[in-house]
Amino acid sequence: METILTVQNLTKKFGFLTAVKDLSFTIEKGNVYGILGPNGSGKSTTLGIILNVVNRTAGDFSWFNGNTSTHEALKKVGAIIERPNFYPYMSAIQNLKLVCKIKEVSETKIQEKLELVGLWERKDSKFKTYSLGMKQRLAIASALLNDPEILILDEPTNGLDPQGIHQIRQIIKKIAGQGTTILLASHLLDEVEKVCSHVVILRKGEKLYSGPVDGMLASHGFFELRTTDMDKLEQLLDKNASFGKITRENGTLTAFLKEEMQAEELNKILYEKGLVLSHLVKRKESLEEQFLTLTKNN
Amino acid sequence: MVRLLHIEFIKLWNNRTSRILILTSFIFPFSILILSSIKIPFFGFFTLDLGKTGIFNVPIIWHISTFFIAFFKIFFAIVVVSMIGNEYSNRTIKQNLIDGLSKKEFILSKFYFILTYSLISSIVVFLITLIIALFHSSYTEMNLLFRGSEFVLAYFFKLVGFFSLCFFLGVLIKRSAFALGFLFISFIVEMILYALFKWKWFNDQIADQIMQFFPFTSLWSLINQPIQRVVAMSVPEKQDLIYDYSVHWHEVLIVVGWTGLFIYLSYVLLKKRDL
Repeated sequence: METILTVQNLTKKFGFLTAVKDLSFTIEKGNVYGILGPNGSGKSTTLGIILNVVNRTAGDFSWFNGNTSTHEALKKVGAIIERPNFYPYMSAIQNLKLVCKIKEVSETKIQEKLELVGLWERKDSKFKTYSLGMKQRLAIASALLNDPEILILDEPTNGLDPQGIHQIRQIIKKIAGQGTTILLASHLLDEVEKVCSHVVILRKGEKLYSGPVDGMLASHGFFELRTTDMDKLEQLLDKNASFGKITRENGTLTAFLKEEMQAEELNKILYEKGLVLSHLVKRKESLEEQFLTLTKNN
Repeated sequence: MVRLLHIEFIKLWNNRTSRILILTSFIFPFSILILSSIKIPFFGFFTLDLGKTGIFNVPIIWHISTFFIAFFKIFFAIVVVSMIGNEYSNRTIKQNLIDGLSKKEFILSKFYFILTYSLISSIVVFLITLIIALFHSSYTEMNLLFRGSEFVLAYFFKLVGFFSLCFFLGVLIKRSAFALGFLFISFIVEMILYALFKWKWFNDQIADQIMQFFPFTSLWSLINQPIQRVVAMSVPEKQDLIYDYSVHWHEVLIVVGWTGLFIYLSYVLLKKRDL
């Protein structure tokens, strides 16, 4: 698989504060990555370093196997960090022409990209007249001008209204569908869950996990069960070695698995013991639950 | 280089304030052209004809026009300072770097623009002065027409040096208004220092020798004030008015040195900063 970005033992200190600590991960082509972490966990700093705007204290990173200089590599990258930054006195089209000049690409893609984000009608309006949602969409259009190898987004839906959030997500999904590699930093977990295949989880500048979304916790999922005789059910499951923690809440029993077990199997066992279930669901922990478990335990 | 120049041009030309300031800085020098061609009547008592005083004659006109037109550099100085300040306040400097402009290219694109502006401005001054010189010179002087035109070269270096100083202050302070204020303060500090050298610590000679290496004084001594020369011209018997007003190579070198230092320091400063 083609490597797009390698980060090795990256460290950044701001005075006494260590914003990023010994961070290593790689980004492979074709995947959608999420960088997760609470506020102040070093997400933006990490992105700042790989995007050439923040100086690193120690460690190394290389784009495209280190064959080009960082600023040359960035011409093949599309990135939006924090708020959209453009020249307020210039129109959308003038701003994008400037970006084309900087990235050294032709101006032929401007119309296509502005149409993609739904701003073609407003192409001649000055940037300062745009709403925040429109500004963010223009930023996406700008990041896509060079048909980038990788799209980097830092909190792309921050501060937007529900419609704006929805629009941005639709655009991201569309881009991901075209096979573009995406690196998405966010603290909104459902956002990451909906689009990402891989995650890097940070806390206080340290990496807690990096890998596929599914492999985050060594968990086999859990059952949600309901029946008429709840006490008997609880006793039965307690004795079964496959189950670990069992909790009861609002008339529903939640039993966590210690080893793999199919729903049919459990249903059969319980039926043989004379218990008929009115509710049986096998679930995996949501990203949010996994994330909270992971950040709590460490 | 053309690409970097074009990038800076797009940024500045689309900004109304910068555009007006740049145009103004080109229009004002033409006032000296008008001044040279009119005769001012004073209610029939007498007519003030500046041409008669001989200040529009070659070679002194090269000195006078470059000296006075150089004051209009303040218009572009505002543009220089704000072209950094705006990048910081709009945070577009960050976006530029993310889009793939290196910090070196960022500095160079602005420096190239300063060079280009100074070059065009020098050409304009050259043409204006040439026109005036042609009007006020008799044919016998034609071969001497370009005598004294080295002042235009000095004018070019003076502009580049001054704008580099503004540029450095812009990068250092990041806010246009504060940077301009700081420019003014540093000018005053240098003047005070000059006064101290001259009257308190040393004497005239030592003061001049030390101060010629300071930024403002080095820019100033590229084109010395021409007033004394005009007076000396009309009163030839006064020997104590004679002074050295010509453009020296070491003066140009000092200014070029400052220019290089200011631009290099701006680069180092930007490189060390987290944006």
